[in-house]
Amino acid sequence: MNYNPFSLSGKTILVTGASSGIGRSIAVECSKMGAHVVITGRNEERLAETQSMLFGDGHISISADIAEEQQVESLVEQLPVLDGVVHCAGVGVRKPAQAIKKSDIDFVFAPNVIAPILLQKHLLKKKRIAKSASIVFIASRAPFAPAVGNAVYSASKGAIIGYAKTLGLELAPKQIRVNCICPAMVWTDLIRRDAETIGESFAEAEARYPLKRFGQPEDVAYLSIYLLSDASQWMTGSCIDITGGGELTLV
Amino acid sequence: MELNQFVENFAAQFDDTDASVFTPETKFRELDEWSSLIALSIIAMVDEEYDVVLKGDDIRSAVTIQELFERVVALK
Repeated sequence: MNYNPFSLSGKTILVTGASSGIGRSIAVECSKMGAHVVITGRNEERLAETQSMLFGDGHISISADIAEEQQVESLVEQLPVLDGVVHCAGVGVRKPAQAIKKSDIDFVFAPNVIAPILLQKHLLKKKRIAKSASIVFIASRAPFAPAVGNAVYSASKGAIIGYAKTLGLELAPKQIRVNCICPAMVWTDLIRRDAETIGESFAEAEARYPLKRFGQPEDVAYLSIYLLSDASQWMTGSCIDITGGGELTLV
Repeated sequence: MELNQFVENFAAQFDDTDASVFTPETKFRELDEWSSLIALSIIAMVDEEYDVVLKGDDIRSAVTIQELFERVVALK
């Protein structure tokens, strides 16, 4: 029996931030589930690396800095009609509240909040989102599990959750679904740099997680597959936590 | 770059520890008020005042304020 409600076969899915971390893993896993994947990211070299990891044919790679609105418009012009979008591009800073500069806020909010909102606008305006499509935002547990120095990042993820819930309401008449994934700590370059900044290996923090580890990018990718597939067709406006049980602590 | 000014900037990140406690020889991680939040404040202060980006390891491997100052000078 060839039964698989989680298949992405025949679907075309855009993944932003696909040059590393969670975005890369989502692109690769979606391709394994039969999707045609469109990957985008800033770093051409690393984006090419992601493309070489994709399974099957018919994938498209477009390097773009989605923090630049002109590049967003040109990206959207080149896109086919999409059955799924995963907004994954993101950055963080670690600074106590009293040291936050406007440039820190701009640095974080440009890719984490402004870029996905404007990309989504252009995707809708240019009619690149198919009926019954699924849109996924990789948010974070950060707004609900504060960690010192994480205010700007937390605020950006809280902002995108608020945006996503509204988008879900607006797109519901077209059966387009919008959901967020809120991971706790996941091992990516972003977290490794963060560990360097605060000078912790995170080994103790990891041991405090009930499942005794931080997430791997694939853990988040598998949940994305569920949200992108027809198996989740009654889900919209939701935020799904994925935490290894570490719901109250990030680190 | 001046050591005494650095000690003063360092001390400014603390609220409860008296300024007179801070000298170049102060073993800052032994202070009661020392915390991961203050470590982040020190990193932010050094970035702002000296345009040097310290890592957590730079703070961990320094014992005294002077040693941290020397690390900042070396990275400048």
